[in-house]
Amino acid sequence: MKQTIFQIISNKNIAKDVYEMVLEGDTSGITPGQFVNLKLEGLYLRRPISVCDYSDKTLTLVYKVVGKGTEQMAKMNVGESVDVLTGLGNGYNSAKSGESPLLIGGGVGVPPMYALAKRLISEGKSVSVILGFNKAEEIFYEEEFKKLGAEVYVTTVDGSVGTKGFVTDAVGMVGDYTYVYTCGPEVMLKAVYNAIKTSGQFSFEERMGCGFGACMGCTCKTKYGNKRICKDGPVLEKEEIIW
Amino acid sequence: MVNTKISLCGIEIDNPVIPASGTFGFGYEFAELYDINCLGTFSFKGTTKDPRFGNPTPRIAECASGMLNAVGLQNPGVEKVISEELPKLSQVFNKKVMANVSGFAVEDYVYTCEKLDKEEQVGWLEVNISCPNVHGGGMSFGTSAESAYEVTKAVKAATKKPVIIKLSPNVTDIAGIAAACENAGADGISMINTLMGMRINLKTKKPIIANKTGGYSGPAILPVAIRMVYQVYEAVKIPIVGMGGISTAEDVIEMMLAGATAVEVGAANLIEPYACKNIIDDLPRVMEKYGIKDLKDIIGGAH
Repeated sequence: MKQTIFQIISNKNIAKDVYEMVLEGDTSGITPGQFVNLKLEGLYLRRPISVCDYSDKTLTLVYKVVGKGTEQMAKMNVGESVDVLTGLGNGYNSAKSGESPLLIGGGVGVPPMYALAKRLISEGKSVSVILGFNKAEEIFYEEEFKKLGAEVYVTTVDGSVGTKGFVTDAVGMVGDYTYVYTCGPEVMLKAVYNAIKTSGQFSFEERMGCGFGACMGCTCKTKYGNKRICKDGPVLEKEEIIW
Repeated sequence: MVNTKISLCGIEIDNPVIPASGTFGFGYEFAELYDINCLGTFSFKGTTKDPRFGNPTPRIAECASGMLNAVGLQNPGVEKVISEELPKLSQVFNKKVMANVSGFAVEDYVYTCEKLDKEEQVGWLEVNISCPNVHGGGMSFGTSAESAYEVTKAVKAATKKPVIIKLSPNVTDIAGIAAACENAGADGISMINTLMGMRINLKTKKPIIANKTGGYSGPAILPVAIRMVYQVYEAVKIPIVGMGGISTAEDVIEMMLAGATAVEVGAANLIEPYACKNIIDDLPRVMEKYGIKDLKDIIGGAH
């Protein structure tokens, strides 16, 4: 964990209620699947947001406006400073992917898939990605994933774009995959758990206090014992999950 | 040069700043960030006789200038605390630690305190009779003078270490309960635990926290804590460890003026992981600003 003051270099609306914020600062130590915790003016608890992408100097967060914290983030301007705790959580382990991993993101579970896809492709793996949304106006990052060189499948619940239905309806369209990485609402994670033939890693969400393992606010039970979503997760192995 | 050293129940500590139980784990998360030997001491995660998972999630909700929590005393149980946590802690912390103990029956408190009494690393036993987030124990011992007396008396007979009783603010007469603890032989009082509260989610129209109620902590409760410490200072002679919303060196001084010998810092650690270090670093500056040469001189100064 590291505490860094970042500067906002862009903050724009990219889909219905979805924003992309790019920040400049010390990104050392960040890995795909981790999250950062932002201190926002006037709000007591920090706000945990998953890492979408990062480079040596920039950090990209893609977030959906769902409450007070994200509403406030959406109004922040270029040049503003933000106090951020980085390097939080146990991210995805790319070493387990095999040759052709499948990445499945639903809604705001899509962003963490981006840094992971980038990592896996840089390691020479052949990456397929299923991106699930409710409807056309909520879709984001489809082109970005394609530009990385991933095979991209989009699903929408209303069928306005791509395959009609849920992410699990597209799993059968992907050829042989060797491993699965996923992030999304818990109901989706459970459906993916039941739909896939291989092992995989699942990223969970919970209301957090500190975000770095001190308060025990986000503990869940796993087959390997109690785990803190913020510190031992958010990524759990398929084999340890208890629904 | 200013003096920040104080004596807490016969043990001298370098400064009065103590991270509060439940906000500092067993120290390691913070030891990754800074040398935690700068602390006066710290109060480790509330420990019970048997391992506890705690309450279902969500356990956390935000409030104005603070938060609710209902963790419910998640801990590995006293045997594992002694066999696993304390040896790990000794790698990063070379001072005496404050052992925080909870229970569901008088015998539980006695069992856990007897075990921890044998541990050299433990300086003080902080006996929590005020957890608002467990049922059939915890706070129920701290809400009447009689049961507070009974637990204190039993624990005192089980240990030679100083016993500090942690009190609940969710009572009508905290001074009377503190006096009962003193009469039973308590070496100190720590206060206040969290204020019981609730938040309701407007989307689901149900309480946010799975336990329904949670304990309110954070800067919002500082004035309540200051008032209660002030009242208890007038009712007992034993030292008070004051807590409730402390986030700055100024808050430390205010709490000590109200009557605290030392202070605990809770919620602030969760928001600002360097909070205790920052407070300790800032204390000399604030002491000089207010003409304070020795912190000991200001204890109860507001009376």
